[in-house]
Order: sequence, then C-alpha cells, then structure tokens
Amino acid sequence: MTETSEGIVKTTDLKFYYGSNQALFGIDANITKGKVTALIGPSGCGKSTFLRTLNRMNDYIPGSRLEGKVEVDGADIYSSKVDLALLRKRVGMVFQRSNPFPKSIFENIAYGPRIHGEKNKETLSGIVETSLKNADLWKEVKDRLNDSALELSGGQQQRLCIARALAVEPEVLLMDEPASALDPRSTARIEDLISELRGNYTIIIVTHNMQQASRVSDFTCFFLEGRLVETAKTKQIFTRPECKETEDYITGRFG
Amino acid sequence: MSDTNWLYSRRTARREIKERAIAGTLFLSAAVSIFVTIAIVVVIAIEGLNFFSEVRLSQFFLDTEWTPLFHEKHFGIWPLINGTLLVAAVALVVALPLGLLIAIYLSEFASTRTRSFVKPILEIFAGIPTVVYGYFALLFLTPYLQKVLPDLGAFNALSPGIMMGFMILPMVASLSEDALYAVPRSLKDGAYALGSSKLQMIFGVLVPSALGGIVASFILAMSRAVGETMIVTIAAGQQPKLSLDPTESVATMTAYIVQVSLGDTPHGSVEYYSIFVVGGMLFLITLFLNFLSFKIRDKFSLSFR
Repeated sequence: MTETSEGIVKTTDLKFYYGSNQALFGIDANITKGKVTALIGPSGCGKSTFLRTLNRMNDYIPGSRLEGKVEVDGADIYSSKVDLALLRKRVGMVFQRSNPFPKSIFENIAYGPRIHGEKNKETLSGIVETSLKNADLWKEVKDRLNDSALELSGGQQQRLCIARALAVEPEVLLMDEPASALDPRSTARIEDLISELRGNYTIIIVTHNMQQASRVSDFTCFFLEGRLVETAKTKQIFTRPECKETEDYITGRFG
Repeated sequence: MSDTNWLYSRRTARREIKERAIAGTLFLSAAVSIFVTIAIVVVIAIEGLNFFSEVRLSQFFLDTEWTPLFHEKHFGIWPLINGTLLVAAVALVVALPLGLLIAIYLSEFASTRTRSFVKPILEIFAGIPTVVYGYFALLFLTPYLQKVLPDLGAFNALSPGIMMGFMILPMVASLSEDALYAVPRSLKDGAYALGSSKLQMIFGVLVPSALGGIVASFILAMSRAVGETMIVTIAAGQQPKLSLDPTESVATMTAYIVQVSLGDTPHGSVEYYSIFVVGGMLFLITLFLNFLSFKIRDKFSLSFR
C-alpha cells in the first residue's frame, strides 16, 4: 500500500492448522483503519479462516492450532493474558447466516451491552435505537421492538445482527459473506449499509461475489490456497492486478 | 394401432396384493393400540358412572376427606390429588435443577469420553425397577432422614418424593440435553462473537433458546411422577389428607388404587367403583400434562425456523 494510512489489524507470518491440515501459510496482512477491505478468493482458500483468526472465533474448533502473530491496535490478541470479552467487544462479527437470538428485537440488541455491564434501562434503550438506526432497520421495527426477532425477514434479520454487533461499539467489524444467503434486494441494502458504515468502522468482509467486492471495498486481499497473493486498492486489483493468479481469478478463468 | 402388451406383466397384480397386505397389517397394528386405549377409556367411564350414581359430584369435588374404606365414608378427591401433587412436587424440586445442570454439563462441558461414560449410567438409572426405589426410600432413605428430621414418620411424602426425583432425573437430563443440543451452533457463535463468557452464553442464550424443550421435559417428568405407583405405595403410606407438610404420611391416587385392588373389596361396591374414578382423574391429569408438553415443544420448535 503506497498511501500513508494507519493500520489497525496486522498479522505476521500467520499460520493456521485444522489438525494436521494447514489452512493458512504465513499470512502477512495489514488492514487499514476506517476502510472496507474485501477478502476474495476461491472456496477453501482460507479467507474465512483468516477472518475468524482476527477475533479468535477459531478457538472453538477442536484440534486447531495457530502460529504467528495477530495484532489489533498494536496488541497481540493471542497473548495468554487476553480477555476475550474485551477483544470481541472491539472486533465484532457478522456471520454468513443471520443468527438472531430467539428473543425480542430489543433484547437481541441489548444483549451485548448487557454482558459488558450496562444495566441502565434508558442507556440500553438509547443504544438499541442508535444501533438500529445505524443498521438502517429502525424505521421498520421501531413500533415492534418487543416482537420476536425471528419474525423478521431474512434481510431484516441480517441487519439486526449487524445492529447487534454495532451495539457494543466495535472498532473493527468482521463480515463473513453477510449477504450470500439473501435475495438481491436485501443484498443491495446490506451493501448500502456497509458504505454508510465506512469511515466509522474498519470493515473486513469475506465475499464470493466479485461485483460486491468491487462495489463496497476500498482494499481487496486476494487469497489462494492459504496464501495471501495480493493486497491492493480495490480499483487496482480489478483493473491492473500485479499477479497472474489474481488476474486469472478476477477475469473468471478459474474459481 | 400399436400393441401395448409389452408394458403389462403378471407381476403387477401380485405386487399389488402384497403391498395391500402389508399396508393392511400395518394399519391393524396401529389400530390395536388405539383400540386398547379407547377400550380403557370406555371401561373407566362406564365404571366411573356407576360410582357417580351413588356419590354426588358435589361431594366428590367439595368434600375434604377421602375415607371410602372406613365405616363413615367420605369421597372427596382432593386429599388424594394433594398427596399425589405433594410427592410429585418434592420429586420435581430434586429432578429439575439437577437434571438441567446435568444436561448443561453433558452438552457444554463434558469431553466425549466423559459423556460416553456418564450417559449410560444415567440410562441405567432409568432402568432400575421402581420397586427398588420404593424399598430404598422406605428402608434406607427414611431412617437416614429421620436422623436429621426426628419428627419424620416411617411413612412420609419426603423420602419417596426424593427417590422419585432420582427416578425421573434421567428423563429430565436426557430430554433437556436433546433440547440444548438442538440449539444451532450459529447462536452460540453469535453469543461468543459479542464477547460472552461461556457461562453468559449458556444462561443468556443457550438455555433460553432451548427453553421450549426444557419446559416440555419438565412437564413430561411431572406426568411420570404423578403416575408413578410403586415408590409411593411402599414408602408414602395410605393416609389421604389435605396437607402440604412433606414429613407426614400421605396417600397418592396411584397408591389408593393399589390399596383397593389388593384388598378384598367386593366387586360392584362403591369402593370398587371409586378406583375407576380415581384412575380416570389420574388419566385426565397426565393426559393434560402430556398435551401441554407437546404444545409447548411445538410452539417453540416452530419459532426456530
């Protein structure tokens, strides 16, 4: 990256193993603060695995192992002294399939702030409103905050999950193919939302959709077979990529 | 005109007969169990009606004493329901918290090895004949409890209630664990991704998400406890009374039915008919509980999709 920009997530020689199966081969990445970075690459290239190492969601996979270093805001997140609650408060996540809790809309959003110690009812109401507004869902649900979140449509559920992630005021938002299970209209709304969140949050988004990557992201990382092949401004990756593999993938010659 | 005989064979007809025979057999098997159930209900209803030709409904539901075997007969059902629910309540106090904790342990904490060790033990629990639990309550648990509670009678509601709690424990644990297991992985991930600790995830997301199945298991267990016969017959005594004190001797509905069935009650007497009425009441209570349990499970399982 030629631009003078502040890194927020930095990985150094990051390797990841599922049992004896190595999934990441020494990833050196530097994610720019306040920007949207898309992770692209064919299935099984390690982009989702990489994403999950950034908030240690890979911790729950039995037999998995990590080598190397991941730093968020200069702190080594794999140090033994790390408080996972604080890490995940700062690095939020939105999953491929929306996963609202079987609770009311209000309780879904309030869950995060509550577990981080917020008890004041009015503060919680304020957080719920702000988060839903930021996730572009407030207008649709403001009159039925006490209804079950499971009654929402798929697209609304995903925006609810984004609102839920925003409610704990993260700096970094990890999105694992957040629109892949949605129809085109809901996808467009999620993409608009990502554009609105740009600047206030650092967003790292895994996507299979080339157009989506080119529409929403500032930077793009191309992964192939567990390696980070190329990182550049999205415009550059999609017009004049440096590596042959990147070009082949983007022009649809494989993947 | 083309010849279409190539399409037909004698096998078709034979296969048709065979399939019909199988379908018929399956239908008959299903019909037998339904028929038996209906027959039981009908017998209970007919014999019960005989009872109500001698005892008024108002006495049955308003009298506070149940003394059909005494000279001065009273037929108020409440003391028996009281005894039944009291013992069941003691059992639930034991089985619900313990069962839920076991379920949480098995689904979230136990290693595969521990699990494969603990689960069969739980199932052995469920396979112990209830008469064993009964004698255990009477000959072991009651004398032991008497050291702590000197006023405890030889027959009481507490001791069989506790043993019954252990009897229904595997059921609560197993069904609750199924309910916890059915909670999608993605919900746990969602909770962890927001910074939940394991306990926060369990009590804030996992258990609430599985609540339908857990409550359904509680109610089914209660239904088992209400219908349980042997433990209470042996260790709870035969004195129907309206009391919430678990240290006293009580009679449950099931124990009363056993008492009359084993005695030399003449066929056709009002005491004889009374056991059908008590049985009918018991049937209604457990039917209601089972119905409630299924309803709750349906309601909650639908909301997941």
